[in-house]
Amino acid sequence: MNHPHTDTGPRSTAELAPEPAVRVQDLTKEYPGGIQALDKVTFDMPKGELTSIIGPSGCGKTTTLKIIAGLIEPSAGEVMVYGKAVRGPGPERAFVFQEFALLPWATVLRNVAFGLELRGVGKKEREDMAREYIVKMNLAGFEDAYPHQLSGGMRQRVGLARAMAVDADILLMDEPFASVDEQIRRKFQEDLLHLLSVEKKSVVFVTHSIEEAVYVSDQIVILTRGPAHVSKVVRPGIDRSGDSQEIRRSPGYLDSVENIWDELREYLEE
Amino acid sequence: MTLLGRRIPMAFSLAIWCLVWEVIGRMEVISLIPPFTEVLRALFVVTPSQDFKTAATITFQAFAIGMGLGLVVGIVMGILMGRIRAFGELMGMWVNIFESSPLTAIVPALMAILGFGLPTMIVTVFLFSVWVIALDTQVGVERVNPSLIEMGRSFGANNRILFTRIVFFAALPELLAGIRLGLIRGLKGVIIGQLLIAVVGVGYLFELYSRNFLMPEFWALLIVIFGFAFIASEIVGYFERKVSFYAKSR
Repeated sequence: MNHPHTDTGPRSTAELAPEPAVRVQDLTKEYPGGIQALDKVTFDMPKGELTSIIGPSGCGKTTTLKIIAGLIEPSAGEVMVYGKAVRGPGPERAFVFQEFALLPWATVLRNVAFGLELRGVGKKEREDMAREYIVKMNLAGFEDAYPHQLSGGMRQRVGLARAMAVDADILLMDEPFASVDEQIRRKFQEDLLHLLSVEKKSVVFVTHSIEEAVYVSDQIVILTRGPAHVSKVVRPGIDRSGDSQEIRRSPGYLDSVENIWDELREYLEE
Repeated sequence: MTLLGRRIPMAFSLAIWCLVWEVIGRMEVISLIPPFTEVLRALFVVTPSQDFKTAATITFQAFAIGMGLGLVVGIVMGILMGRIRAFGELMGMWVNIFESSPLTAIVPALMAILGFGLPTMIVTVFLFSVWVIALDTQVGVERVNPSLIEMGRSFGANNRILFTRIVFFAALPELLAGIRLGLIRGLKGVIIGQLLIAVVGVGYLFELYSRNFLMPEFWALLIVIFGFAFIASEIVGYFERKVSFYAKSR
């Protein structure tokens, strides 16, 4: 895919990566009624990496993600995707919703294909594409099932498959595993890492779980209590070549969790 | 219905009630209730008669036109009320007042303005049916899960696509419930209108039969109306059941 390249110039955060997939610049959001959610949130999201946004609950993580998605307009500041200012949703970004957001009247097949349907892709082509991701997401055999017949974990796999099927470079995931069981959640995290190693996407991942953030992320953006600004950007640098149990016991992993916990504790005690 | 652990078909309970009716009718305790067999006999006399055909035609015509208008105006109004907050606030109070007011009182005024013919009946049907359709549509549209709308927008859907692919289907269970209630009220409207006008349609026949104390004919006509209302609401009910599988899991 060709993306318009513009000169991003030297900036304080630009040393991390030469060409960020997403650049969030001085994002400020004030809701009607004077509630300020974000206060000059700034960070870069390197291409091909997974960036988590973490912070106290209600601090504006989801607001930040929805502004990147183009679903909410910021009060000030801007989001650049491949150097181009975001003015609304775009085909290079796909959103995965916390509450899945599946059409209850449509089958798994149609739900997975629905992103493509909305983008005007023909029936045959979009269903072929959808079937491919249904298999990749271990949903084979459930093509004709309806969402209410599926478990929470399966529904989120449908949501994930829908986002993957539109073949966007950037996945925006809003606490995608918050509504599924802990055991399934761990399996999902591994599946996600595996998928990303194959598909080469850039991901922004909102979570409230420190362990989850450290386990899956290349970079973690820690937001303060609202109005949120960036408290710290951490790169856990975890070696993911080994077994998942080993990773979760490794000193690097545990130190990262501890450091982020210390960072967040300040805001809890206020 | 089950009796002594065995399932009994609906028709059986209907048969029992018909039998009770027959017995009470034969006992001649209340002159208003003729035996059921008498009513059945009258049914075969009334329905082929020219009087009935004329009455049924004009009644159905008034009902169909009034309902058509009620559906279009009610659905459009409900959608606008649900989607545009200011419009919902502007109209909400009025629609609720009309929905709960005894509209029968307006019919004589309509007669004074529109005369004793079809226009009065059409407007009566319209006024009886439109409010409940608008309110139910509004509820349906307002209850659409906001994350479905966000999902649509995130995949680049414009307002028209959002509406035809997401909002419409999400609101369909409430919409159909509103249509079913609207149909029943519209039918009440056409009969009440004709009773008050008293010179046209089925209302005229009711007047005629009751004034001349032709009770079997009176009941026969009532059964025809019941039957029509039942079939109309069952047709909508059929579609309602088709969407009920997702109505609960939205």
